[in-house]
Amino acid sequence: MIYRIRDLRLSLANMAHKPLLGSAPRIEILKGVSFDVPQGAVLGIVGGSGSGKSTLGRAMLRLIEPDSGQIEFEGRNITHAPEAELRLLRHRFQMIFQDPMSSLNPRRRVGGIIAGPLRLQGLDNIDARVSEALDMVGLPRTFARRYPHELSGGQRQRVGIARAIALRPRFILADEIVSGLDVSSQAQVLNLLEELVREFGLTLAFISHDLSVVRRLCNRVLVLHHGEIVEEVETSALFDNPKADYTRSLLGAIPLPDPDQVWL
Amino acid sequence: MSAQLSVRDLSITLQNGVRILRNVSLEVGAGRVHGLVGESGAGKSMIGKAILSTLPHAMNVTGGQICFGDVDLMAMAPKARHTWIGANAALIPQDPLTALNPSKRIGPQITRRLVDILGWAKTNAKARALDLLAEVQITDPARVMRSYPHELSGGMRQRILIASAFAAGPKLIIADEPTTALDVTVQKQILKLIAQMQAEHGTALLFVTHDLGVVSKVCDTLSVLYAGKVLENAQMRRFFTHPIHPYSRAVLAATPTYSNPTGSLAQVPQKVIDAVEQDIRHHDIRHHI
Repeated sequence: MIYRIRDLRLSLANMAHKPLLGSAPRIEILKGVSFDVPQGAVLGIVGGSGSGKSTLGRAMLRLIEPDSGQIEFEGRNITHAPEAELRLLRHRFQMIFQDPMSSLNPRRRVGGIIAGPLRLQGLDNIDARVSEALDMVGLPRTFARRYPHELSGGQRQRVGIARAIALRPRFILADEIVSGLDVSSQAQVLNLLEELVREFGLTLAFISHDLSVVRRLCNRVLVLHHGEIVEEVETSALFDNPKADYTRSLLGAIPLPDPDQVWL
Repeated sequence: MSAQLSVRDLSITLQNGVRILRNVSLEVGAGRVHGLVGESGAGKSMIGKAILSTLPHAMNVTGGQICFGDVDLMAMAPKARHTWIGANAALIPQDPLTALNPSKRIGPQITRRLVDILGWAKTNAKARALDLLAEVQITDPARVMRSYPHELSGGMRQRILIASAFAAGPKLIIADEPTTALDVTVQKQILKLIAQMQAEHGTALLFVTHDLGVVSKVCDTLSVLYAGKVLENAQMRRFFTHPIHPYSRAVLAATPTYSNPTGSLAQVPQKVIDAVEQDIRHHDIRHHI
């Protein structure tokens, strides 16, 4: 089991309603979320905006600390682990971010961007590892000399993926990584992810609001709504026989590229 | 059906000579919805900006015509053109948060254009804004008029921009990816609303999007763009059943749909892209400046 999550609760300060003096009211984002991520799973996390899917992802990587509940990563309880302890674990779980333009440092070359986390982890043979990571995502090694602005959106997202897999993690969280891409680069990135999962036995959590993409990639899907899990099933079961009303309304809202679908 | 908007051989070039649009021609019939699809960087938004005369300074229109009915926009003096566009065309932008001024209340942001540019009386403009907010299904228009953008949800903000676009009774509205920032359930509501408002007001709509699913729901006709060139102008239904251009076929095959999970996700083949790019090089040689 890669992740075991039990009754996870998380609240954040609601700054939109903060009084001039005194502290802001808390707003509950996750209201008791429990699920498991087995080794080798590709888990889709879907839900509308504000459903808490990104917050859940960030809590899993302990980028934010939950209020209560339990997060176990490879059998180790990291719910309230201090940063020093987490740093020793961080190379085992990595993240790919939504917007590659704002998650890649515009002043560093691709090589430096991928090397950054490797250096932080104190690894050796950095150049070789960078080249290897570029090979794995199908970018030419010469791209190490380029700056992010010289790349297309799809290529930038590959750099984001290369940075995450260069550390050889066990688990990767991909937060809406194809929503900013057009269909042809989207297809490339999805095919690449599928390949990486197959070849390296990666475990992947894929956050998305696009159910078509989730159906392509994931073998299990978790539907979040207002910080609660409304449904967690095999992908095919979700699409063939959605149980929760919310899942049905999500499915019904997707416009298929088919002029005969009754929709509006 | 007469064309409300017709664009003929429109070319746009950056100051350094890079071509943005290559002899683009398209028509939007009165009361019709025309989709502009293509990948990022294909020049979809630039067509909209050229029509609204809001191109960045570094870009120049190097040829072609933009006609509204029988009015040739390119033949007008810039100032007259701006006034004319202000009265007859409007934009629904992509990101409702950046399109609204965060430091001003909603009300003045809707009415200002009516009062300052079109010379409406303030009370008329305010009444019109309240009517329109009600029309876009905002439950408490008076309260929303007094709110600041950050107090409203993404869907509410987009409704306000739709109301604002229809305010002056334009003949043409350009919607530039109006739902990409929204999640699917809100997207559906907003598209429904745009379609409804469009039909009621009889406005011609130029709908920029990269989502073929959305195109199949709202558009009557569409143009497929690649690198600033129109590859195919088509009736919507014909495009989805019998796409003519190889690139159109490849893009349709690359679009993931949850209803067809087993079909492997075809990338647009390099062969198709190479052919299109060669075609574009030939085009540039024929039309060199």
